[in-house]
Amino acid sequence: MNLIHNRPGASGGDAADGVARLDVDAVNAVGQRELYQKRQQIYPKLVHGRFRLAKWVFLVLALGVYYLLPFVRWDRGPEGPSQAVLVDFPNARFYFFFIELWPQEVYYITGLLILAALALFLVTALFGRVWCGYACPQTVWTDLFIAVERLFEGDRNKRILLDRAPMSFNKAWRKTGKHVVWLAIAAATGGAWILYFHDAFDLLRDFFTGQAALTAYIFFALLTFTTYSLAGTLREQVCTYMCPWPRIQGALTDRESLAVTYRTDRGEPRGRHKKGESWDGRGDCIDCKACVAACPMGIDIRQGPQLECIGCALCIDACDDIMDKVGRPRGLIAYDTDDNIARRKAGEPARWRFVRPRVVLYAVLIAGVCAIMLAGLVSREELGLHADRDRNPNFVVLTDGSVRNAYTLNVQNKARVTRHLSLAVSADPQPGVQLLGARDELVLEIGPDRTRTFQVFLTLPREAALRHSIPVMFTITDPQTGETAFTQDVFVTGAAP
Amino acid sequence: MAEHDKPPVDEISGVETTGHEWDGITELDNPLPRWWLWCFYASIVWAIGYMIFMPALPAPPGFDGHTRGLRNHSERANVAVALADLEARRGPMFAQLQQTVDEGGVVAVLNDGDLLNFTLAAGRSAFGDNCATCHGVGGGGFTGYPNLRDDDWIWGGSFDDIRHTIVAGIRWEEHPETRFSEMPAFGRDQLLSREEINAVTDYVMTLSSLTVSENADLALGAEIYQRECASCHMDDGRGDQSIGAPNLTNNIWLYGGSREQIRHAIHRGPYGVMPAWEQRLPEPVITALAAYVYLLGGGETLQQREAGLAPQMAAETASAG
Ligand code: HEC
Ligand code: HEC
Repeated sequence: MNLIHNRPGASGGDAADGVARLDVDAVNAVGQRELYQKRQQIYPKLVHGRFRLAKWVFLVLALGVYYLLPFVRWDRGPEGPSQAVLVDFPNARFYFFFIELWPQEVYYITGLLILAALALFLVTALFGRVWCGYACPQTVWTDLFIAVERLFEGDRNKRILLDRAPMSFNKAWRKTGKHVVWLAIAAATGGAWILYFHDAFDLLRDFFTGQAALTAYIFFALLTFTTYSLAGTLREQVCTYMCPWPRIQGALTDRESLAVTYRTDRGEPRGRHKKGESWDGRGDCIDCKACVAACPMGIDIRQGPQLECIGCALCIDACDDIMDKVGRPRGLIAYDTDDNIARRKAGEPARWRFVRPRVVLYAVLIAGVCAIMLAGLVSREELGLHADRDRNPNFVVLTDGSVRNAYTLNVQNKARVTRHLSLAVSADPQPGVQLLGARDELVLEIGPDRTRTFQVFLTLPREAALRHSIPVMFTITDPQTGETAFTQDVFVTGAAP
Repeated sequence: MAEHDKPPVDEISGVETTGHEWDGITELDNPLPRWWLWCFYASIVWAIGYMIFMPALPAPPGFDGHTRGLRNHSERANVAVALADLEARRGPMFAQLQQTVDEGGVVAVLNDGDLLNFTLAAGRSAFGDNCATCHGVGGGGFTGYPNLRDDDWIWGGSFDDIRHTIVAGIRWEEHPETRFSEMPAFGRDQLLSREEINAVTDYVMTLSSLTVSENADLALGAEIYQRECASCHMDDGRGDQSIGAPNLTNNIWLYGGSREQIRHAIHRGPYGVMPAWEQRLPEPVITALAAYVYLLGGGETLQQREAGLAPQMAAETASAG
C-alpha cells in the first residue's frame, strides 16, 4: 500500500508542459483502519515562490539571531557582565541589553509571556496559524533539516527511490553525510542554548577544554538530542500528536480568519485536464496533487481545514506554479476565509474584515499590558527599601521605662557602584535611632548590585509612648545622586489601643 | 445484526467515532500512532530498570523496610552529605568570627558588615534551635525566662558575661563553673511571718514606684528589707549581678510585677535553672549565640548609646579597644 502511495511521477496525460500528475495520497486520508497507526514517511517536494522565499528569509533571520545573540556584547561597566542577553542563575539576574531584572521582578517575565500569548492569539485570529507555519522552532529546524536532506539525497522522487534502493556505497555516503550535518546543526543548537546562561566566550573555552559545569554538558546533550530527533526524525508527528496548540487554535479563529484555503468555489469540480481542452463547466483544479506532494505535513489541503495543517503556505506556491503553467489565474489555493468561500458560492462578493470584536479585544489587551510594562520599566528604581518590624517580641521595655522596637531594613542597590546611603527616620514623636554596625553617622554602606539587611532600633521615652502605635517613615538617600527610597512602618508602644 | 455492531462514522472526516455523545458532540476514534505505543513499552522497561537500580520495593521485616537498589541510593545519606558540606562552607566564617571576637571583642564584629550579617544569621538559627523553647523565638522571654532584648541583666550584659552564662548555665549543678546563688524561701521555710512578708512586699513595690495600699506598713518593710534582703539585693535595691540577684527598682520583673507575684517570689525564693551549653554546642556556635544575644539590643555598652539620639559607634569602638 505504502509503496504505491509514494511511487514517483507516474504520469497519465500531461495537462501542460512539465505538469505531471503526482501519485501521492494524504497521510491522513481515511484508509484501512488499524488499531495503531503506522507512520507514513513524507517526502516534501521542493517548491519555489513567494511563501517559500519568505520562509527562507525568516529561517535565516531567526536562526541567525538564535546562534549569534550570545556573542553580542553590552557595556555594563567593570562590575557587570558584558553579554547583552544573559540569564545569570548563580547571581539571580537576567540581562537584556539595557534591562536588568532581579528575581523579585519576574513579573516582567510574566508580563512578557502574557504578551507573547496575546500576540499569538491576535495573529491567529487574523491570519490563522502563521506561528506554526513560519516561526515555530519545530517548523524552522525541520525546514532546515529537510533542506540538508535534499542537499544529500535530492528532491522528493530521488529520496523515495534512494530509500527503496538496496544499500550501496552511494546510499551509504548520502545517508551518513546527512546525519553528520544534522548532528552538527543539532550540536550547534544545544551549544548556543547554554551560551545564554554563561558568558559565551568563557563558556566556549571551558566547554572545549572540558572545564564547563556538568549542567552545561547535560543541557547541551539534551538539546542536541531533541533537535536531532524532533527535526530529523519526528517532524510532523510533533505537530500532529504532541503539540497542544493545534487543538487550542480552533477556539481562536473564526469564519473570517485568514487561513491557507483551497477555494472550492473555484476548483470544483476538479478533474484531469488535457492541454487545449475547454475549461467550461469544470473547476480549475486539475487534480495534479502538486499541493499534496509539497506538504511537509503530508495532507491534502483540498479536504478543507484540518488539524494537521500548520499553515506554511507551501501548497500555495506549488499550486500557483501549476496555474501559471496551465494558464489559469493564480490563487486557487490562497490565504482566504471560510466566510468568503461561502459568499462566493452564494454569488456575493468576497469581504475582508480585519476589525472584528475578538481582534479588537486582543489588540486592546496587548496595548494595556504593554503600557503597564513600559510604565513599570520606566519608573524602575535603582534603590529599594523595605522594613520588617520584629514582632516577637513586639516591643521591649527598658529599665528606664522607655520602649524600643527593632526593625530589619532590607536595602537593594541595583546600581553598579558602592553606595553610602544616609538613613533618616521620621515619626511624631521623634524616636532615638540606633543602627547596628554604623560607624559614625546613620550611613548604610552597600556594595554594587547587592541586597543587604541592617538592624535598626528605635526608642521612645515612656512619656512619649502614649499612643498604641505610631507611624514611622524610613528614608534612604544617596547623597551622590540624590536618589531616595522610603518605606512606612509603625512603632508599637504597648499602650492600650 | 452485524450492521448494528459497527461503530458510527463521522460524516465529515469519514472516521469512526467512539460512539459516545455529549450534547451533540462526538469523539473521533483516531488510531494512536504506533511509535506512541513503543514509547509506552519503553516506559515499562524504564520502570523495571528503575526498580532494580533505585530503592523501590517494600522488603520483608528484618530487611530494613525496603530494597536498596543497585545504586544504594539514600536521600537520608544525601542530606547528611549536604549538611556536612554546609558545615564545611560555614566553617571559615565561624573561624573568622571566633578570631575577630578573640582579638577585638564583639564590637569588632560591628565593623565588618558581612561578618555582622553572618553572625546575626548564624546566631538566629542556633537560637531558634536551642533557646527559643524557653526564651521565645525572638528572645522576648516569658515569666521565669528572662527577656534577652532588654537592658536589664540578672547575671551581667557584657559580651563576656553573656558568654559565660551560656557556657556554664545557671544553677546547673553538672557544670563546675555554673552561675549559682539561692534566695531563701522566706515564707515556705517560715523565716518571716505572713505580716512581715506583706510588709516587705509593699516596700519592694515602692522601690520601683508601684502604688501600694494606704495601710501598708512601709516602715516595717524597710526594716526587714535592710535586715534580710539588702545583703543580696543591695541597700538601694539595685541588685547584684555577681550573684544574680535581680534589680528590684526598674519595674522589669522576671517572675511578674503584680503584688501577688512579687509576694509569691519572696514566699518561695525563686530558683531559675538554665542548662550549660559547653558540652552541647561547639565553641564558635556559642560565640555566635553570645554575639547574637548581645546584639539583640540590650548588650551592655551597646545600650549606653541609646541615651543619646544619634549613635556614636566610633567612640564606642575606641573605648572598647
Ligand atoms: C530550659 C530553659 C532554657 C533554655 C533552653 C535556655 N535558657 Fe537561658 N535562661 C533560662 C532561665 C530560667 C534563665 C534565668 C535564670 C535565672 O533565674 O537567673 C536564663 C537566663 C539566660 C541568660 C541570662 C540573662 C540575664 O539577664 O543575665 C542568658 C544570656 C541566656 N539565658 C541565654 C540563653 C541562650 C543563648 C540559650 C540557648 C543556647 C538559652 N539561654 C537557653 C532558661 C533557659
Ligand atoms: C541570698 C541572696 C538573696 C537574698 C537574701 C534575697 N534574695 Fe531575692 N533574689 C535573689 C536571687 C538570686 C533572685 C533571682 C532568682 C532567680 O532568678 O530564679 C531573687 C529574686 C527576687 C525577686 C524576684 C525578682 C523578679 O524580677 O521577679 C524578688 C521580688 C526578691 N528576690 C525579693 C527579695 C526580698 C524581699 C528579699 C528579702 C526578704 C530577698 N529577695 C532576699 C537573691 C536573694
